[in-house]
Amino acid sequence: MKYNADEKGYYGEFGGAYIPEMLYPNVEELRQNYLKIMAEESFQKEFNELLKEYVGRPTPLYFAKRLSEKYNTKIYLKREDLCHTGAHKVNNTIGQILMAQRLKKKRIIAETGAGQHGVATATVCALMGLECIVYMGEIDIERQAPNVARMKMLGATVVPALSGSRTLKDATNEAIRDWINNPTDTHYIIGSVVGPHPYPDMVARFQSVISKEIKSQLQEKEGRKNPDYVIACVGGGSNAAGAFYEYLDTPEVGILAVEAAGKGIDTGKSAATSVLGKMGIIHGSKTLLMQTPDGQITEPYSISAGLDYPGVGPMHAHLFKSGRGEFHSVTDDEAMKAGLELCKLEGIIPAIESSHALALFEKKQFKKEDVIVVNLSGRGDKDLNTYIEYFNL
Amino acid sequence: MNRIQQKLEQDKKLLSIYFSAGFPELNDTVSILEKLEANGVDMVEIGLPFSDPLADGPTIQQSSTQALKNGMTTQILFDQLENIRERVSIPLLIMGYFNPILQYGVEAFCKKCKESGIDGLIIPDLPLAEYEAHYKDIFDKYGLMNIFLITPQTSDDRIHQIDAASKGFIYMVSSASTTGSGSAFGNEQEEYFERIHKLKLKNPCIVGFGIKDANTFSMATKRASGAIIGSGFIKMLSKDGIEGIGPFVAAIR
Repeated sequence: MKYNADEKGYYGEFGGAYIPEMLYPNVEELRQNYLKIMAEESFQKEFNELLKEYVGRPTPLYFAKRLSEKYNTKIYLKREDLCHTGAHKVNNTIGQILMAQRLKKKRIIAETGAGQHGVATATVCALMGLECIVYMGEIDIERQAPNVARMKMLGATVVPALSGSRTLKDATNEAIRDWINNPTDTHYIIGSVVGPHPYPDMVARFQSVISKEIKSQLQEKEGRKNPDYVIACVGGGSNAAGAFYEYLDTPEVGILAVEAAGKGIDTGKSAATSVLGKMGIIHGSKTLLMQTPDGQITEPYSISAGLDYPGVGPMHAHLFKSGRGEFHSVTDDEAMKAGLELCKLEGIIPAIESSHALALFEKKQFKKEDVIVVNLSGRGDKDLNTYIEYFNL
Repeated sequence: MNRIQQKLEQDKKLLSIYFSAGFPELNDTVSILEKLEANGVDMVEIGLPFSDPLADGPTIQQSSTQALKNGMTTQILFDQLENIRERVSIPLLIMGYFNPILQYGVEAFCKKCKESGIDGLIIPDLPLAEYEAHYKDIFDKYGLMNIFLITPQTSDDRIHQIDAASKGFIYMVSSASTTGSGSAFGNEQEEYFERIHKLKLKNPCIVGFGIKDANTFSMATKRASGAIIGSGFIKMLSKDGIEGIGPFVAAIR
């Protein structure tokens, strides 16, 4: 079994490029060039330098001693929360801005839900002096005011998505519509391993730096490259794709994906796509998708805006369907408790997305000698309001 | 010969209308079709509403959303169309996004189309490669024409490829835009229309996007075989309702 994209962008039966003809020239240009450009020495040099000097990589692989004691196993945290801008998202935006420059694009568009990808995109656009337009659901703009302000300070234009449910899925629709209307000078920086081929593969490759570092860091600390398990949360799934990437074809490494159950799988307020989704088409990709029996896309729910997406990337749909990945879901309450626990035990305030991955320790029993890596995808500063309200702080 | 081809053999510029099924009211579909035919419209694209129509501008997004709110589903549309061929004889196509069709079952959907007398399908997010690899045989089995789009950015090579794969006509998107963007036709469009004309394609071209009145209709059809009006028609329906169809069509030509 193959777990990476084939040349047509399929992961098993998932993936492909289900796009209107208006997008074909842009997507095709990218498809024909992305691997070639990424393989160029000058690209690799600039990408790696920026990751080191600007993003602050490699991020530590931190042995969480007190958390390990509590759960009687060996837990390492991959500290993506220490990246510049506060999450793993910037690994991808650095890669894509360099790609856009080489494709001679002058204008950058992006979608954002919670605002993390929007901030990461606005950041690299400021760095490179490119125009930046970020689409964000009107409702998300209201509930993520600090990130809207960050994007504006970084020089981006934030455009409210007023269609549909006015959240992430609609912001993505608006970004795609912008790209249709601006077919020659614009690059669309998608923020996750979603969208038409080659996006899922390209974004996964940019994020794969996470698992590359885990391998060498674990070798140093444990004398082995492979942990017994890697745990990551999955919304669209970019941090998970990056954390799993180097281990996809290493069956002795267990792949554990954690989705947001929201208020509970059966409550109608959930984002657990692997449980609630069926195969369908969203944003140009054939994947698992939450939808009505008639094929209308439904609105997901999670306390964490970053997991609030009705689909998953096609790589994850394939990991789920093939059984290579073990999928779990964690409720709002379980995630919030796990987030607070990390604060108290390790002095780290995690993003609520990442708290979902941490909550797995209450649900799954690991062996004492197991070596487990949790991808701590982001820091919790952006979630302070949610933490304050939830815990009455 | 299918109704689309027969219609295209007539010596006139085709006027085709798009509307969202289930809008303004759930059960307006049949009466809209009858009125369009009675007023001399040559062909109709019946829009199957979708929650996330990413190639559409605000007007069709809103009519789709309203149609879904009214309760429109794929099955209800087929129920409405069950006896349509006793009432309407002009070519009818269904235009919609791929996901609802995938959920209905591509084969079941095509079978229903054939039974209802639908002549062709326009599915913007089902591109050539995916269609040919996975679905062409099913469309062919039920005698459905699958209509592909080209745009001003489509290369000549790809246009020839699309022409070779097409039956019926090619849907020529007038400009780089979502539907209903409403900018006037300028030199850019004229050059594009001329370029396509010179390619001497085997299929006729019908222009869509940006056509809203007699002027844009006549510009679009100078070189092409016909033109499609969507957002402009839906705006009229929102304002004047079904009674507005007669005057609207009369004003186009």
